[in-house]
Amino acid sequence: MRELLTGNYAIAEAVRLAKAQLIPAYPITPQTPIYEKLSEMEAQGTLPGIMVRVESEHSAMAMCISASLTGARVFTATSSQGLALMHEMLHYASGNRVPVVMGCVNRVLAVPWSFGSDQTDTLAQRDTGWMQFYCEDNQEAFDTVIQAYKISEIVMLPSMVIIDAFFSSHFIEPMEVPDQVAVDRFLPKAALPERFDIENPTFVSNVVTTGSQFMPFRKRGFDDMENAKTVIKKVDKEFEEHFGRRYGMVEAVQTEDAQLVLVTSGSMTSTARVAVDSLRNKGLKIGLLKIKTFRPFPSGEIKSALQGVAKVAVVDRNISLGNEGIFCQELKSSLYNSDIRPPVYGFIAGLDGLDVSPDTLEGIAMEVMGKDEPNDLPVWIGGS
Amino acid sequence: MENEKVIVDMMRSGHMACPGCGVVIAMRLVLRALGKKTVAVIIPSCSSIIASTYPNTSLKVPAFHGTFESAAPTAAGISYVLKLQGKDDISVVAFAGDGGTFDIGLQALSGTVDRNEHYIYVCLDNEAYMNTGIQASSATPECAWTITTPSGRPFRKKNIMEIVAAHRIPYAATASIGYPQDLMDKVKKARNIQGTKFLHILTPCATGWRMAEGLTVKAAMLSVETRLFPLYEVFDGRRYVITYEPQGFPIDEYLQMQGRYGHLTQDQIANMQTQIEVEWENLRNKVKDCQC
Repeated sequence: MRELLTGNYAIAEAVRLAKAQLIPAYPITPQTPIYEKLSEMEAQGTLPGIMVRVESEHSAMAMCISASLTGARVFTATSSQGLALMHEMLHYASGNRVPVVMGCVNRVLAVPWSFGSDQTDTLAQRDTGWMQFYCEDNQEAFDTVIQAYKISEIVMLPSMVIIDAFFSSHFIEPMEVPDQVAVDRFLPKAALPERFDIENPTFVSNVVTTGSQFMPFRKRGFDDMENAKTVIKKVDKEFEEHFGRRYGMVEAVQTEDAQLVLVTSGSMTSTARVAVDSLRNKGLKIGLLKIKTFRPFPSGEIKSALQGVAKVAVVDRNISLGNEGIFCQELKSSLYNSDIRPPVYGFIAGLDGLDVSPDTLEGIAMEVMGKDEPNDLPVWIGGS
Repeated sequence: MENEKVIVDMMRSGHMACPGCGVVIAMRLVLRALGKKTVAVIIPSCSSIIASTYPNTSLKVPAFHGTFESAAPTAAGISYVLKLQGKDDISVVAFAGDGGTFDIGLQALSGTVDRNEHYIYVCLDNEAYMNTGIQASSATPECAWTITTPSGRPFRKKNIMEIVAAHRIPYAATASIGYPQDLMDKVKKARNIQGTKFLHILTPCATGWRMAEGLTVKAAMLSVETRLFPLYEVFDGRRYVITYEPQGFPIDEYLQMQGRYGHLTQDQIANMQTQIEVEWENLRNKVKDCQC
């Protein structure tokens, strides 16, 4: 059915249709409308699962983990400080190999306190062992929640489905919401292992005492995260067969003949599409690479997309103090050992939801076209 | 068929507890009372190294090792899903130490009690962070030595039972390894009550209390008989019932057997005795007030 939904409501609809059975939730702006919408559905009797109004994000994730180990499909959502508070439990979720799906709405981390979009909150969770999917628009957010359950339940690692504060979370867009029958066909009822069997008692999450016991656990997680790339692509393809939409781990737009490729993620990509069209109309050979999947990092897809490209400009709505934008770091590191090594220009833009307009992105492209080599440090668009 | 007279322990020997450990006695009694149809949650504490380590476990019931501050929501999460699966006959029990209960896990415990989630929370109180090597917690008694309070803790022990009772929890009780039948009766009672149940068990720690290994149970009994740790129940946070009438021994012998109190002055001991009497009178008044 065609509907008008915000990004938050799109995620809530997807969670309902995915039949999440237990949803521990805690409010934080700008994620709160997900929690509110799910509560409204529960009150109306349309939510197949139950909600638990916990007292912190830390407890929300603790409950997600133990409920998932007991055999239930679970969901929670958070942002910013709430995600930071959850940090310990994020490692715990991936270490326990639970297929938790979490909605994350990127919001700047204090200090100063603010509310706008900034990916540093989720990117700071890079090493927690979660898959991370950065969504461009509300349709993609909806579709990715449905896909994420399927991917996570195969790989047995948790997933973050990530949207930008306000640009996606609160902006209404027309989108397609499939009916329950269609979703059930793609995503059947959860069949998770029930780890607490009184007839076959085991101790889950035991204490190991040596590195030789610990390392095989990590190695297995590492291998499964690598294998997740195949699963993500397979599930995306199946999704297309069911619903006619697919996204890829990355999306390359007009990169084949491009002299310069802009690299973006999240809602900024929609703006970049407009900027690239405008630059092409001016006769400039500019392409666009959208990175959707950040963990596992799609190095192979990025290399393919950047083959023969003269210059790359990465626009990061995040910053790692002491280095540079995080997508930029990751992209550079994935290219270093290959023969595809165009100069990479890093830009920091749009922190705390500062508008990144088509003009801003065109300006970035023109600046890079006119330069001979990149700076060591990223160029800040705004901030001084 | 279940035979009440046959003791079936749900713990194995050969675990990693210190000699003379009170925690392990409490865990064994709780699990004996609950039986096979139990899922246990363990968190970082003495109980976590007693329950595991890989590839072994001393527990004969399925168990999950959660994080330090989240025994309560971890247990509640399991309980919700067991209910969804129609497995209502399985009890969920969370074991947490005094640090995991009085300090770092208090917020999460309050949350589950507030929501009255259906499980049994067992606080194994050895009155300090013993697993990390004897550091003071808010369950460490006033004046008691620990490595982080070398001249004695300057604050009184937090009254966790009153905190929990203030939530109007359906059932809360103190219990002692010195009185195993009373302890197991309370566990069985808790198992059959809907909602959150809280058991506060004082588990003397030979290592941390600087006490001979053979004195654990005696220390537990004296803590009760001196009225320092009276055995009682609280129903719905209001109705108090004393389950064992203590003899009211002076506190001296209890203190003398523990090296952690070796530095106490006569004044400090007298003050402690006075406080015990005041608290005992408070408890008796609550029992009287609540004959409702």
